[in-house]
Amino acid sequence: MTHSPICPASRHIPTGPDARARLKRSRMSEITPALVAEHGLSPEEYGVILTALGRTPNLTELGIFSVMWSEHCSYKSSRLHLKKLPTTGPQVICGPGENAGIVDIGDGDAVIFKMESHNHPSFIEPYQGAATGVGGILRDVFTMGARPVANMNALRFGDPGHPKTRHLVKGVVAGIGGYGNCVGVPTVGGETNFHPAYNGNILVNAMTVGTVRTDRIFYSAAAGIGNPVIYVGSKTGRDGIHGATMASAEFTEDSEEKRPTVQVGDPFTEKLLIEACLELMATDAIVAIQDMGAAGLTSSSVEMADKGGVGIHLDLDKVPCREEAMTPYEMMLSESQERMLMVLKPGREDEARRIFEKWELDFAVIGEVTDTKHLVLSFGGETVCDIPLGPLGDNAPLYDRPHVPTPARQPIGGLAPRNGVTDDLVTLMGCPALASRRWIWEQYDHMVMADTIGRPGGDAAIVRVHGTKKAIAITTDCNPRYCFADPVEGGRQAIAEAYRNLTAVGATPLATTDCMNFGNPERPEIMGQFVGCIEGMAEACAALDMPIVSGNVSLYNETNGVGILPTPAIGAVGLLKDYDRRTDIAFKTAGDVIWLVGAPGRHLDQSVWLWQVEGREDGPPPPVDLAAEKAMGDYIRNLIGNGEITAAHDISDGGALVAVAEMALAGDMGAALTPMSHAEAFGEDQARYIVTAPEGVAIEGTRLGTVGGASIAVGGTQVGLADIRTAHRDWLPDIMTR
Amino acid sequence: MKARIYITLKNGVLDPQGKAVHHALGALGFEEAEDVRQGKYIELELADGTPESRIEEMCTKLLANTVIENFRIETD
Amino acid sequence: MKAAVIVFPGSNCDRDMAVALRDVAKADVQMVWHGEADLPDVDLIALPGGFSYGDYLRTGAIAAKSPVMAAVVKAAAQGRHVLGVCNGFQMLTETGILPGALLRNAGLDYVCRDVPLTVEAADGAFCGDYEAGGTIRIPVAHHDGNYFADEGTLDELEGEGRIAFRYAEPVNGSARDIAGIRNRRGNVLGMMPHPERLVDRDQGGTDGRGLFTALAKALG
Repeated sequence: MTHSPICPASRHIPTGPDARARLKRSRMSEITPALVAEHGLSPEEYGVILTALGRTPNLTELGIFSVMWSEHCSYKSSRLHLKKLPTTGPQVICGPGENAGIVDIGDGDAVIFKMESHNHPSFIEPYQGAATGVGGILRDVFTMGARPVANMNALRFGDPGHPKTRHLVKGVVAGIGGYGNCVGVPTVGGETNFHPAYNGNILVNAMTVGTVRTDRIFYSAAAGIGNPVIYVGSKTGRDGIHGATMASAEFTEDSEEKRPTVQVGDPFTEKLLIEACLELMATDAIVAIQDMGAAGLTSSSVEMADKGGVGIHLDLDKVPCREEAMTPYEMMLSESQERMLMVLKPGREDEARRIFEKWELDFAVIGEVTDTKHLVLSFGGETVCDIPLGPLGDNAPLYDRPHVPTPARQPIGGLAPRNGVTDDLVTLMGCPALASRRWIWEQYDHMVMADTIGRPGGDAAIVRVHGTKKAIAITTDCNPRYCFADPVEGGRQAIAEAYRNLTAVGATPLATTDCMNFGNPERPEIMGQFVGCIEGMAEACAALDMPIVSGNVSLYNETNGVGILPTPAIGAVGLLKDYDRRTDIAFKTAGDVIWLVGAPGRHLDQSVWLWQVEGREDGPPPPVDLAAEKAMGDYIRNLIGNGEITAAHDISDGGALVAVAEMALAGDMGAALTPMSHAEAFGEDQARYIVTAPEGVAIEGTRLGTVGGASIAVGGTQVGLADIRTAHRDWLPDIMTR
Repeated sequence: MKARIYITLKNGVLDPQGKAVHHALGALGFEEAEDVRQGKYIELELADGTPESRIEEMCTKLLANTVIENFRIETD
Repeated sequence: MKAAVIVFPGSNCDRDMAVALRDVAKADVQMVWHGEADLPDVDLIALPGGFSYGDYLRTGAIAAKSPVMAAVVKAAAQGRHVLGVCNGFQMLTETGILPGALLRNAGLDYVCRDVPLTVEAADGAFCGDYEAGGTIRIPVAHHDGNYFADEGTLDELEGEGRIAFRYAEPVNGSARDIAGIRNRRGNVLGMMPHPERLVDRDQGGTDGRGLFTALAKALG
């Protein structure tokens, strides 16, 4: 390897306060093929850079291209396919492309939401990785003018018995809580899976939902030649340099040595930043605003200028720095947290400065909007970067990577269950896939803001739109094992399950965000999984009228060539126009009739029962009939809206009997059911719900039994609710405190 | 000048974090660790000649909570 | 009743407290920035929950030195009513208005859940609407709620009937299961649980209302 004086891997260079010396250093570094490779750029990509500039880039420019063209920022492997997702609808105010998606909920109100991954940093340093993941997604939402009102998350860990899992779960949960609790945004739910495929690559996907008045939405397109560019928030340090490129590379054995690049979050500053930004947003001083996320000052300035079709000039001497002797390269690539970039109307700087100083935050005018369509940086009185914006943004590399479909799986057939259904029920309720996640969500403040009216543990969380009768329902869903067995069906199912979870509380599904977590896209079978999942999702989003309005792609989730299960995590939002017309999963009254709405279960292939009881992950996943999902969803929502049913629960992982048991635990009331086969009890056929209603209410479904007693009785056998509760409650705390 | 402040929990105040660290050390085979008390360490960069009494005041007014904590000051 | 909710950098239950005071206690509420040296003329001062100054150094420690807190100390001494919830309770102990300190939870983890509380003192401006010995359900949400005081202080609190609420099940390792205490005069209450979070049925319970209805009766 050729040693460059300022290459990121050898940053231990002598530093002096003198900008001239630093300037000289950054010009002196020779751009070698090794340095180019170290920046994650292929020789072909470097060739494009040479053409775009008409000269050799300097180190700062190389660094800027490197982060902007990383998979994380450029979506170069995925863009082509993401275009197939439906993104529009009468409810959509803003689809993908901005910091987050925006959906109309009537009366001048809108919700802004997005989900984002922070997988690689969380594996290396679980607490800070997860915490800064929450911080980043919060900024994406309040950047657009919204007050964040709910956080959610979708977490995937390795085998519970793997030596690292406990440490990772503990750190990630503490990090999510540590950040969210401090900023005072309730973490209202999420999902957590365990599977050996995540042993070397955990997934930490965080989602934020905010509310905004439709006349107070802010976008990122810079405008107004000469308008001041403002830096606010924390100071810039050397943390996280090359985080975006780290998120775009496969792990190897020595990845853990990358620890110093993980950023540290400061939720207190974030809280101040939220309040200060919202205070300034109440005026009309802001032209455009963008948070500094991955690739920090680089991506924020490039995106703002590129979107506005203008240029931008920054004077790096004015950037508030936390450390001494920072070079332009370091300032542009730093991923220090809790920072924002804004374009203000001319003459409004003092007004803005007063607000940020009141909240004890840094505020600096660091540049201006230009008409050059170039990113120009000066430092020490000289120009240290001059790049046309086109190649950085819209014209970034785009790849149509080879992809092969996943071969179809044959149904397994011939299953001969060995135990009774009630015995297997206890096993399932206490198994890693289905045991209670209470240990996790009790570490999250899920009630702050006092508008949480559907707490964690149900189908969807519900948060009131403050001061109205409206509420937002939120869910995160994905069954990665289905996606692995059949990406297209798995993609459909993830959307369908989100649809059912929103429906089951009475909400009308509105729109979706996605976090596409996959392995190495340069392998055709992995790219095939990606393309397949997109195909299934696109179909389901269209059929169920749940357009994708925002999202994020995380590729290269592999360690030593072993990839994760394809995991297109879905975050979906629904609307309750009147939250009095809602329901939850808890049994309410003894004597209520328990109904299965939808067909009796038949499909045990890929079920949790097959996996956890029989130890097999075989066969195809259950097929999704989107027309049936729609019809069933409309029917259930009607029942809830008319107040005809007393509880509802979607049937997904574990099947109908597991759904009944979850309803029994939530209401602390048992059930007496007619006899069931294993397929009827644990089959994971789609488009189905369990509902309860008083005797005499006509429900189009199969009568399964009645609510009551202290056990779950199925035909002649029964199991005590207390035994189910113990198994369900204790599994996670037991492994975490072992 | 520099002042180094060591803040420790008073005897008799339960220290759950110290207890957890003690437990973890035991689990790693460090049985000779008989007790652990976790505290705080604060470094102050001060104007030369700052009298000790001023530093003490900083400790009692803010840096330490004397209901539960003791402090010790070192200067050079 | 006129009430002031003090807002510190990092407060995050300030709005929740204001809403409960307005909706349940029918109070005229104003928000007061921590940098104010003077308090408006109010009957009740509320120190809300949150992470003032990130809870860096110690929970509530930096907020306790805010300009407004000198005025709060003075007002408390004059008999004005002061309610501190969660971070607000931590500030009250940091200023010395209430005795003791709040340490890291014995289980070390942050804990957010509804907990049963035993009402120990069903009298005065804060607790008058609860039944002595009764059990109410109020959520906690804290990392540092483990109440500590020396034995002498604890005996004094017991002897003078100043323990307002006790946890009816283990929550955080608090000495004598203390969840909330009053000052000697009875005009200051500090408690870790959040009554403002359970004041309407949609939130999942209404046991928090009693505190606000009692305040309304006592303070008009």
